[in-house]
Amino acid sequence: MDAEITEREYMHSGHVGCPGCGATIAMRFFLKAMGEKTVLVLPACCWSIIAGSYPQSTLKIPVIHAAFETGGATASGVRAALDMLGDTETTVVTWAGDGGTFDIGFQSLSGAVERNEDFLYVCYDNEAYMNTGIQRSSSTPYGAWTTTTPGREWKKMRKKNIVEALVAHRIPYAATASIAFPEDLLRKAEKAKGIKGSRFLHIYASCPTGWRIPSEMSVKIARMAVQTNIFPLYEVEDGLRYTINHKPRGYLVREYFRHQGRFQHLTDRDLDEIQKMVNEDWELLLRKAGERV
Amino acid sequence: MRRVIEGSHAVAEAVRLARVQVTSAYPITPQTHIVEILSEYCEKGALKARFLRMESEHSCLAALIGAQLMGVRTFTATSSQGLAYMHELLHWAAGARLPIVMAEVNRALAPGWNIWTDQTDSLSQRDTGWIQLYCEDGQEVLDSTLLAFRLAETVNLPVMVVLDAFYLSHTYEPVDIPTEEEADRFLPPYAPRFRMDTAEPCSFGALVPPGDYMEMRHDMALAMEDALMQLVEIEGEFTRIFGRRHGPIEAIDCNDAEIILVTSGTITSTARLVVRTLRERGEKIGLLKIRLFRPFPAAILRETIGRAKKVAVIDRNCSFGAGGIFAQELRAALCNLDPRPLIYGYIAGLGGRDVTPEVIEEIYRRTQSTDRPEAEGVWIGLREAL
Repeated sequence: MDAEITEREYMHSGHVGCPGCGATIAMRFFLKAMGEKTVLVLPACCWSIIAGSYPQSTLKIPVIHAAFETGGATASGVRAALDMLGDTETTVVTWAGDGGTFDIGFQSLSGAVERNEDFLYVCYDNEAYMNTGIQRSSSTPYGAWTTTTPGREWKKMRKKNIVEALVAHRIPYAATASIAFPEDLLRKAEKAKGIKGSRFLHIYASCPTGWRIPSEMSVKIARMAVQTNIFPLYEVEDGLRYTINHKPRGYLVREYFRHQGRFQHLTDRDLDEIQKMVNEDWELLLRKAGERV
Repeated sequence: MRRVIEGSHAVAEAVRLARVQVTSAYPITPQTHIVEILSEYCEKGALKARFLRMESEHSCLAALIGAQLMGVRTFTATSSQGLAYMHELLHWAAGARLPIVMAEVNRALAPGWNIWTDQTDSLSQRDTGWIQLYCEDGQEVLDSTLLAFRLAETVNLPVMVVLDAFYLSHTYEPVDIPTEEEADRFLPPYAPRFRMDTAEPCSFGALVPPGDYMEMRHDMALAMEDALMQLVEIEGEFTRIFGRRHGPIEAIDCNDAEIILVTSGTITSTARLVVRTLRERGEKIGLLKIRLFRPFPAAILRETIGRAKKVAVIDRNCSFGAGGIFAQELRAALCNLDPRPLIYGYIAGLGGRDVTPEVIEEIYRRTQSTDRPEAEGVWIGLREAL
């Protein structure tokens, strides 16, 4: 790891995440950038459990457990109260899963960002309702098996592009990050911390349990998602200025899919179809960033 | 100072006097005047608060839960569909023991769309752990709202101040508005028992296993029971400063009454007139107004009306399959008395239909002329079948 990353930990050594849990790795890195002057709003998600049960807590910062769909709204209230108390130093962070962000919490998030509330919203994305047992969300990618998209009913719709939805709000800062690129993740968290108004971080967080991969593959799969352009690393300032942070050599998506149990049913034709979609999305991103396709 | 103001305005005045620090709002008729006035107060600096213009009622309450947890005084207002939409978070606010105060303007639930008064919206939230106060007039609205903050912060439970749509929210009446100094004497600055603080990090609302959950709920039940005595005590102080008292209930001519009418909200004012007129004609009629619905003041009610022969409850609400809700509560409160009065339940005035003196007198006569209640809930004032 980069020498500049603090050795200080904001997580206690015990937590109840699954082995290889990407969401847990994401939190550990993220808090190193945020520091102790942070209040965390935690709508229902895997982290509601990982954070420990009463009267214990995994984290060394205040944690407000919140109702599933209230990530944006609860944080708005926390910020308002801190403002009234004259505390401008503390950062308010909402830490939510993909279900709480893409689906049930989308209204609350959209409202908060439209009001440009001064807070940082982090979505750690494991691409399904993992805490309840691997049910499909609107973040589940095309082609995936979940317990509610079994057998031939595998998901036939594309994953919702949440960053672009936030960019459409002209949010001051939106970025993607990955647990396989910790320096990039920390840099973006620090940058987001220093910006006023609404900020959004979309962190790719692999889930060995739900993706049917061995726990030691967690980081490797996350790296492959970036290298295949399935999950590009980029940031957008003021909803206008795109920067692509990592330009992969363009590995084929086939490699990424081959390692995961959730995609084993896909045929070569399905994979060709997916490769086309990924290429399309990547070219669209290049155009937005003003780069040559 | 006495001014002629709307019921909605009376709420806003109390919120200003309470020096609320964070308020949230989402518009719904007939709540809008309350939050319009508050947003004006915030803009002019008469109220130094953050005014959050949320994208839904659900988010309004979520924001206040976040704010109150950080240790500030909060307020919101809603009605009908908005309250129903908040339902999940009503449980949350009470379970988190947050002394949030909300004004709730009673309005009928759709379909069909109906913006007029009806209590089913607030009464169907009776099991959420909120204290509920039903108001009769503008003065009571102001006094109840101011008192609600003291009461909520004493027992650490949220309070809903309930007022009828239009008959109260949009009706102008003379209201005595306390000075800031008087209000400050009654309601000191908010001193939270707990708050989230980065200097003392802790987790709030985490997973609670079966071995702990029940004790937490028992604590809530105890706090709710305690709220009745606290209300009486706090009102004592209120009376010393402001010279007014409304009580958990109000009994009029109940001591020797054979038939007692039970009302809540603005129907009470009309019933007062009916009772006065019938008393003058020598009828042994009494009136009991219920202001405090949660906690339900069962013991006081047993003492006050337990000796009457008949009790006629007028419900501007309905729990389908069980009749009027106040009637049900009263039956449960009196059922172990021996002897006990017969409870006659009447459903009237739904969806804003006027409950006139004639309607109330009809209820009285019907109760007088029947030996036993005809049904759990008798519907009054229905039009002939089309």
